[in-house]
Parts: sequence; C-alpha cells; structure tokens
Amino acid sequence: MSNDSSQSPPDRRPLIAFAWLWVGAPLAYGVYELVQKATKLFTG
Amino acid sequence: MSPPVAPAGWSRWLVPPAALSVHLSIGQAYAWSVFKPPLESSLGLSGTQSALPFQLAIVMLGLSAAFGGTLVERNGPRWAMTVALVCFSSGFLISALGAATEQYWLIVLGYGFVGGIGLGIGYISPVSTLIKWFPDRPGMATGIAIMGFGGGALIASPWSAQMLASFGADSSGIALAFLVHGLSYAVFMSLGVLLVRVPRGEDRAGTAGAPSVVQGPQVSANSAIRTPQFWCLWVVLCMNVTAGIGILEKAAPMIQDFFKDTSTPVTLSASAGFVALLSAANMAGRIGWSSTSDLIGRKNIYRVYLGFGAVMYGLIALFGDSSKPLFILCAMVILSFYGGGFATIPAYLKDLFGTYQVGAIHGRLLTAWSTAGVLGPLIVNWIADHQKNAGKSGSSLYELSFIIMIGLLVVGFVANELVRPVNARHHIPAPREETVDVERQQPESA
Repeated sequence: MSNDSSQSPPDRRPLIAFAWLWVGAPLAYGVYELVQKATKLFTG
Repeated sequence: MSPPVAPAGWSRWLVPPAALSVHLSIGQAYAWSVFKPPLESSLGLSGTQSALPFQLAIVMLGLSAAFGGTLVERNGPRWAMTVALVCFSSGFLISALGAATEQYWLIVLGYGFVGGIGLGIGYISPVSTLIKWFPDRPGMATGIAIMGFGGGALIASPWSAQMLASFGADSSGIALAFLVHGLSYAVFMSLGVLLVRVPRGEDRAGTAGAPSVVQGPQVSANSAIRTPQFWCLWVVLCMNVTAGIGILEKAAPMIQDFFKDTSTPVTLSASAGFVALLSAANMAGRIGWSSTSDLIGRKNIYRVYLGFGAVMYGLIALFGDSSKPLFILCAMVILSFYGGGFATIPAYLKDLFGTYQVGAIHGRLLTAWSTAGVLGPLIVNWIADHQKNAGKSGSSLYELSFIIMIGLLVVGFVANELVRPVNARHHIPAPREETVDVERQQPESA
C-alpha cells in the first residue's frame, strides 16, 4: 500500500448525509405542519 | 476545554447541521405559548404569570449572549454548545420537577433562568465558527443557523401540542411533557456538540479559491462597543426588529380587524393561517436575504430591509384594508426582512470588525433584540388600546403604529448610511496564524 492511499482522509459523505437528515427530518415535519395551518387562510 | 480542531478531510458542510441542531432546539422558546393555557388551568395562573418563564428566558438570552460572548470565543464552539445543551435541557428537567410538585417558581427558575442561559450561549455558539468555515459565504452560513432558530418553533409548536394531548394537560401531563422535551433536546443537540470543529491551522492542502477570512480589520469585542459602527448597527437591528415585531405580535387580531367590515372577513382559524404564513416568510427571509447579502453586500441589503420595509408599511397603511392579497404580501415581505435582519447581522459584524471576536460582538449586539422585544409590542398594543378606547375600530386601530414603524425604519436606514469602516486605532494586529488557517482549507470545503 502506498503512503498516499494510507494518508487519504476518510469519506465524510455518509456522515454529511446523516447529519443533514438528523436536522432536516424534524424541520420537514415543522414545515409540513406549517403548510397545513397556512392553507386555512385560504380555505377559512 | 480547547476548541475541537477539524481533522484532515473534515468537510465544512458538517458545521451547518451542527449549528442547526442547536438552533432548531433553542428555537423552541417561541413555542412557549403552547404551555400557557394548560399551566394556567392546572396551576391557577394568570396570563401574565404564565408568560413569566418565556420573558425571563428572553432576558437571560440577551444577558448571557452579551456577557458570555467572550467566554464562547475563548473556549470554542464545543464548550458553548455543551453549556447550551446542559442549560437548555436542565431547564426543562427542573420545570418538570416544578410541574410535578406544582411549584411554579421552579418552572420560572428552570425554563426562564437556567434554560434562558442555554438560549443565549446556544444562539451565539456557532456564529464565529461558521464565519471561519465559510469566509466566502458568511451570510449564507449564518443564515442557515439563524433560520434554525425560526424553524425551532415550527417543530416544537405542533410537537408540544400533540404531547400535551397525549399526556394530558394537568400538572402531571405537563411534567411528563417537560421531561420528554428535556431528554429529547439533549439527544438532538448532542449532534452539534459531537460534530462541531474549528478550521485547522496546519492543513496546507487545497487553498485555491477560498478567500481569506482575515481580510480587513480585526477588532476586539471591548474595542468594538466603543466604535460608532457598533452603535449604528445596534440601532439598525433594533429598528428592524421593532418593525417586524410590530406585525408579528398582533398578527392574528390585526388581520381580523383590518377586514372586519369588508365583504371578506377573516375568521379566527384563517388568522392562524396568516400567522403561519408570516412564520414561513420569517424563516425564508433568514436564509434567502442573508445569502443574497453575500452577493450584493451587507449595507445594500439593509437598505432594502429598512427602505423597502418602510414602503411596505406605507402600502399597508394606505391600501391594506382594500386588498387582502396586498395586505398579506406586504406583511410577508416585512417579516422576511425581519428574519433577514437577524441572519445578516453576524456577517455585517464580520465585515466591520473581522472574525477575531465576532461571536462576542454579536452577543453584545443582541441587546438590541431585547430592547426591540419590549419596544415593538409596547408601541402596537398601547396605541391599539388607546385607539379602541377612543372609539376607533378596524384598520384605524393600527394606522398610527404603522406611521411610527415607518419613522423607526427611516431612523434605522439613516443609521445604516452612517456605517463607515472602523477607524484603524481600534484595530488589533492581524493574527497571522488565523489568516493561514482559512487560506489552507480542504478543497472539499471550498
């Protein structure tokens, strides 16, 4: 194994995806509830 | 605790979710109203008494951000996020004990005092770090985090309401809800504590394309508050927030009053939809306008917030009661400017004072928010009450308030125009090492 490959930093993409999902999922729930409530302005 | 330095290959795109995990949690503060009716009925409190934990929390937010900012800069974002996690979660746990034993003072102490410290430290915890990771897009980076503070209430409001519906709205149900909140937020915020990193200094790979964070002057927090620029921005933020709160505070009764005597009156349920739309505009403004400021400049974006905001208020005052779509559109634009003003201010501070102690300076500037939090509702409520007592109704209850808001926005506009580069006598020698830090970020982070 060459030095170059042993020193390459780990792939962070799974961690990035997990981190954004962690914060994105509850935010999506909040936005969904918001949209439900906002439609009442137009439906009475 | 020494600041956690990013290992080789660490992506800067891990820092915004770390910041969001804190801001989405502490943003729960704006959903406190969900707990008010059950607390009032189960503990026999008045409306004023049940608002006390929230009010104390906001006061503590301002105080801890103002006085804790230097500690946050010194100890780093992980320390600050840990303090925020411990204080915010323990605040709920102490409140759970208070509700279970029907000792209301424990709820005030827990949520208001202890939790409020968590709000202030948590609010400023990621600001400096985000700006250092995103020197090319500081407005967007802080916009994402501060959008989370707005988003926190969107999550907590329905979540807390469902929890109270399940556990019951009596004191033991409230205690259980507080307990679940405290534990859930501790777990949720721990992502931020674990993920947050400051840019590393010795990383020499991939400098291309990443602008230096230390372009321009560096000013300490103690020096910054002695500059006219700091106080100009204080006035800018205070006026912009006051104008936004002027609508936000009374949004539901306001839209009903405006269209009460028209052919299309607004029902109570529809007015809740209007409040939700304003929340969406507030949140969208935080990320949208703040990111735009990276393209057109901070001074220009505040010209838009304050100048165009005054025009929007003028349109509502003149034609608002004749057109519902116009009223809704203008109110949404004003609220998007309100959110944008919050989210853009850290980047404006960075432009003027550098990154050296931008978090601490931001913390001190947040006293403008506390002032506006008192000023905005006071103006609108006091005037509306007096107009009602004078026999007025409908949109005329708010006309004078709107004229005052236009005046305040003009004052803010002038203060923004007075902002000039900071005098060199306030500068500190640029820390060369920090310049190197940012210029040497990973290509992945560029």
